[in-house]
Amino acid sequence: MGELSRDQLVGFYRTMRTIRRFEQRVVELINRNEIPGAAHEYVGEEAVATGVCHALRPDDVITSTHRGHGHILAKGGDPRRMMAELMGKTAGYNRGRGGSMHIADLELGIFGANGIVGAGAPIACGAAMAARLKGRDGVAVAFFGDGATNQGALLEALNLGAIWKLPVVFVCENNGYAITASIREMSPLQRLADRAAAFGMPGDTVDGMDVRAVHEGARRAVARARSGGGPSFLECRTYRFVGHFTAEKALGIRYRSDEEIEEWRQRDPLVTYPAWLRERQICDPAEVDEAVEAVLEDAVAFARQSPLPAAEEALDGMYATTYPGLPARGW
Amino acid sequence: MRELRYLEAMREGLFEEMRRDSSVIVLGEDVRHSVRGLTKGIIGEFGPARIYDTPISEAAFTGLATGAALAGMRPVVEYQINALLFVAFDQLVDQAQKLRYMMGGQGTIPVTYVITASGARRALAGQHSDHPYPLLLHMGMKTVMPTTPEDAKGLFKAAIREDDPVVVFSPAALLATKGPVPDGDYVTPLGRARVARAGADLTIVAVGPLVPEALAAAETLAQEGISAEVIDPRSLLPLDAETLLASARKTGHVVLFDDSNRTCGFAAELAALFADRAWEALRAPVRRITRADVPVPFSTPLESVVLPSRERLLEACRGCLAGVKA
Repeated sequence: MGELSRDQLVGFYRTMRTIRRFEQRVVELINRNEIPGAAHEYVGEEAVATGVCHALRPDDVITSTHRGHGHILAKGGDPRRMMAELMGKTAGYNRGRGGSMHIADLELGIFGANGIVGAGAPIACGAAMAARLKGRDGVAVAFFGDGATNQGALLEALNLGAIWKLPVVFVCENNGYAITASIREMSPLQRLADRAAAFGMPGDTVDGMDVRAVHEGARRAVARARSGGGPSFLECRTYRFVGHFTAEKALGIRYRSDEEIEEWRQRDPLVTYPAWLRERQICDPAEVDEAVEAVLEDAVAFARQSPLPAAEEALDGMYATTYPGLPARGW
Repeated sequence: MRELRYLEAMREGLFEEMRRDSSVIVLGEDVRHSVRGLTKGIIGEFGPARIYDTPISEAAFTGLATGAALAGMRPVVEYQINALLFVAFDQLVDQAQKLRYMMGGQGTIPVTYVITASGARRALAGQHSDHPYPLLLHMGMKTVMPTTPEDAKGLFKAAIREDDPVVVFSPAALLATKGPVPDGDYVTPLGRARVARAGADLTIVAVGPLVPEALAAAETLAQEGISAEVIDPRSLLPLDAETLLASARKTGHVVLFDDSNRTCGFAAELAALFADRAWEALRAPVRRITRADVPVPFSTPLESVVLPSRERLLEACRGCLAGVKA
């Protein structure tokens, strides 16, 4: 861990702060009806996306989850185009076709946030296979939550990755809950990384509230994948400080105690990490905060200015090659 | 022209495409030993980097093909039976088919899924006899069903070259049939129907394994003085609506002969097409002979009731021309 440069350490904070403030701005904009629908906030989990994506190269690939804003920002996603997508605008990453749950940027190796739990893991395996077939040493990371560890597609993907020694890293964001279902009730395992043993791959568990610990675990797994050593399973123990999605509060459901939430908040990486930076005089976090605010102000302004798509383009973009009558119109 | 069997022609098409384009890879259960015969000898020519025997993990290897396609490969996925589509359905329709649109048109997903023995065979019962192409059409998935050896090769090659996901149904009942196949490189373009037999009095639109049955029925009708036109859509999506409509406008009588389930089946869609766009020309209600909406039963006398038959087609054709209501 000692090999991290000052720039890297500051970069961790910049990314985490960007994710946190992005999510907070998103909630404000949803409440003002400037963003339609709901979003799955990443608040509390910032250290995971940051630690993992900072261990990747730009040409590496990630597949993300329905809680994807953090992964996309950490992989280099442009907050302007993300905010525009959330508002359903033309300048958005998906030209208003995807919204919060489907943001993708193939040029940045972001093969899409995904609304189906566990579904991105096989796709990451495919990206990893393609990298190898093209003679590149690229790596793919599949992000997924604790709930996905009970999903067949994920378990099948772990097996495929293992038997074909694909350069893929399976990153489990164990935030303790699949919507309202506690993983303690939904899995017999104390440590989800123990799943890895069944597939003959290393399974590591790290503190997902500590960006340096996540980064160290990811760096090891990525190096292993890149050098032909095959896949790894990295469990990051983390927590979402907020609901499963922005509308949860209105539902009035309760599935965890205030004490539990408060306990995890004590370990908020957006509090502990800047304190650590300040203590060691690595940087003044307030300066980073200020820069991040400017970036997000600009992103919101950009998104607001971008026009909504023209209604007549609703059928565009489904096929690479269209034919008469395709796509079929509904009217 | 040579005579080849349907499956031999497909195999030739696959090998040609693999030689032509090094990004074509093959994934599926038992592809090295090739239980169906489509990939016989493939490992010897193309080696293990391009040919993958998968575990029984349809969701994962279907999804893997999507990821590999987005990253520049051109995977061909073989499913040995129809029911595997159900197992992999999320990865087919929620991922492969939707991703490009959801991503705002970014990327291409050139995956070909081939169901090497689709539809019913004798006595394989409920889970090995389905013909679920309407489910895929419903989701907007490009889908073809060649019925001649020539088209089996030509449409398969076209599917592999297509930059979108394409599902190829190869009916079990046709795999051993023989027919002329042109020499050299050719493709059968998607979106063009084939007039399998020209006629003036009645249009039969027959799908997949029912095309030879429809042609045989047309022979019988000819002996009765009825001239039936048989259209093989062969490309179900994109569909060549114009060729179908032109035939209906010419004959004024349409009978649909389809090996998918009745409710929301392909024949239902075609019936709506004719009602929408050839209404003025129709001189009798459009009829459809399809599968019944039950799983295909095991016992032979039961099976023959559930599946569409030549006898029922003939009855429907005669009734349609006589103006008798179904």
